[in-house]
Amino acid sequence: MHFELTEQQRMIRDAAADFAAREIAPVAAELDREERFPAEIVQKMAALGFLGMNVPEEFGGAGLDSLCYILAMEEISKACASCGVIMSVNNSLVCWPLETYGNEEQKRKFLTPLARGEKLGAYCLSEPGAGTDAANQQTRAARDGDGWVINGMKNFITNGAHADVLIVFAMVEPEKKHKGISAFIVETDAPGFAVIREEKKMGIRASDTAQLSFDNVRVPADQLLGQEGQGFKIAMSTLDGGRIGIAAQALGTSQAAYEAARDYARQREQFGRKIMEFQAIQWKIADMAMRIHAARLLTHRAAWLKDQGVRYSKEASMAKLFASETSHFVTNEAVQIFGGNGYSKEYPVERFFRDAKITEIYEGTSEAQRLVISSLEFRE
Amino acid sequence: MDFDFTENQLMFRDMVRDFARREIAPLAHEMDVAGEMPDALVARLREGGFFGLSFPERYGGLGVDTVTYALVVEELAKASAGVSIMITVHNSVGFYPLAMFGSEEAKQAYLPRMAAGEIAAFCISEPGAGSDAAGLRTTARRDGGHYVLSGSKLWVTNGSRASFYVILARTPGTTDHRSIHVFLVERGTPGLSVAKKEDKMGLRCSDTVALDLDEVRVPAKQRLGAEGQGFKIAMTALDGGRIGVAFQGLGIGQACLEEAIRYAKVREQFGEPLAAQPVIQEKLADMATELEAARLLGYRAAWLKDQGRPFTKEAAMAKVYATEAAGRVADAAIQIHGGYGYVKEYPVERYYRDVRVTRIYEGTSEIQRLVIARRLLAES
Repeated sequence: MHFELTEQQRMIRDAAADFAAREIAPVAAELDREERFPAEIVQKMAALGFLGMNVPEEFGGAGLDSLCYILAMEEISKACASCGVIMSVNNSLVCWPLETYGNEEQKRKFLTPLARGEKLGAYCLSEPGAGTDAANQQTRAARDGDGWVINGMKNFITNGAHADVLIVFAMVEPEKKHKGISAFIVETDAPGFAVIREEKKMGIRASDTAQLSFDNVRVPADQLLGQEGQGFKIAMSTLDGGRIGIAAQALGTSQAAYEAARDYARQREQFGRKIMEFQAIQWKIADMAMRIHAARLLTHRAAWLKDQGVRYSKEASMAKLFASETSHFVTNEAVQIFGGNGYSKEYPVERFFRDAKITEIYEGTSEAQRLVISSLEFRE
Repeated sequence: MDFDFTENQLMFRDMVRDFARREIAPLAHEMDVAGEMPDALVARLREGGFFGLSFPERYGGLGVDTVTYALVVEELAKASAGVSIMITVHNSVGFYPLAMFGSEEAKQAYLPRMAAGEIAAFCISEPGAGSDAAGLRTTARRDGGHYVLSGSKLWVTNGSRASFYVILARTPGTTDHRSIHVFLVERGTPGLSVAKKEDKMGLRCSDTVALDLDEVRVPAKQRLGAEGQGFKIAMTALDGGRIGVAFQGLGIGQACLEEAIRYAKVREQFGEPLAAQPVIQEKLADMATELEAARLLGYRAAWLKDQGRPFTKEAAMAKVYATEAAGRVADAAIQIHGGYGYVKEYPVERYYRDVRVTRIYEGTSEIQRLVIARRLLAES
């Protein structure tokens, strides 16, 4: 057992931190206010290799391990949670399934430009009626000659309005229930595809969240990802990795809120003393840091297990559950320490508070994580 | 990073697990009811080498690393929290002051005896000095080549079985922590007597006493470390002790989780096992997740200690998080058991009582948070 990062992991973390501080942090408040998709930042992240971190170099990726990815995710998210989730979706939810389930040709054609960041990806699982109950897919894929035709609606799709390539889950054989679902690679220039609405959100406002419609969208046969009927398995195994990414996103927001609160407590005076001298504030600082440390250890361990090639579903769910609830707790305490200033947009903590909330919802709600964890506990 | 244990650590853990299951667990209920620990069990622990865990091999101990120690403590506490505290007090706060600050002569004379199972006790608390340990009033008056100790000590674990007492006392007439010294006093020294055996809510088989010190003459060479160094020695010893208490909490918490899972699988209500009911599943998921988070904090503190690096903050985090998590877990275990959780036929009511003290001794949760916050607020 040891808790030391490798030289390479430290280097990646420091590079990400440096980039985030220079290029992202100064504009994060503005991106949030204007709900502006940070295309220029995404381009720079691509240049740094941050959009395909775990993809082998032969397919345009950086060929790094999951820990490197998680460390970079935390640093990017610390500056801007929206940038974090854009990165997470491309890495975890699009590149990973393509690399894991795609054939050579699909990897060459779709994975490579996604890993290089020349194209952006989105993962289309949720639907108006299929949130936590993801197996209840109403989007249909029907055979059409040697290809497929997709019809339906996808909801809450991160990167949806800016993506070039989609991983789309659709029901082929409803009578087989979740075993009737298949996964497809769909390009957004395909006729019949449309972005019908972009959500107005409480937080992660610079990340676009779209409702997508598929109206007789034709998909060639060679864009079926994995085997027919394997879609639900692809969706779930992809989310295992995605959850580590979201845990890292939550960690970044937590760390940002913690540091802001700590620094504020050092300079803010009330009753003739720095507020950090009050035990009530010291308690909050201790609890915030303690939970962040625990969340980080859970997250790093899940990433490490993934790198070992062993099962890590339970650990990923634990990391996601714990890190996201920690983020809720920490950002709330940060607002409290800032008092009225914490409620004002002149300070960043109200943004952290809004951004934190989504981590308890997407890529599996806290409630869904608990069911995953307990079912795996009972099996042991 | 590497979250795996060594072969050796796992072997050790499995041996202790087996020993605890065979030798300790079957007695735990009876020991709790009687408020006593059988001499025969203490003898078996002696034979098993448990009193030499931390002691270097050259003094007859096993010299295990802190991670191994943590694994051992968890297994012991899972079987009986009272047994685990006897072993940890001896191996941490009993062992450390002599091992780190004793003269070579004192170490040669006493460490092998302790390692062989002559039990050590640590005497810091007093009727008026709990969290405010530096406010202790027991005096050590210099008299030629001796010190004369007078006062009373409270909450002394191992107090009536001990052969050695590590005692903190101050120069008469002083009030500051730099006038506190630490002594090693042998059982049978005139004036040292057990005033009272405590009747406790939990840890009932652990021997907790109040001590009277009535003009106890101690040779000056029995002082450990320099004059006035006593408080610092005690605080450092407690840093290590806290890792032990963290894993004691974890052991009790793990026992609660396992009992709750076992019960949830067999108990039926509303026509199905509790295990099939989401409310119960969610509780179990939280229990498991919090224990995992606590374990990782604990291993990290243990690892830092093994690296010879500072670990005060990390040990405090591990202690406060693990003991509070274990408290929540024990409470949930009772709730899952319903009425059966409240009766002595099931072990969870004992766990619930046993776990409560872990938030109090070796530094309350309140003190831990101040320790953590002071260090955090001094960080850049």
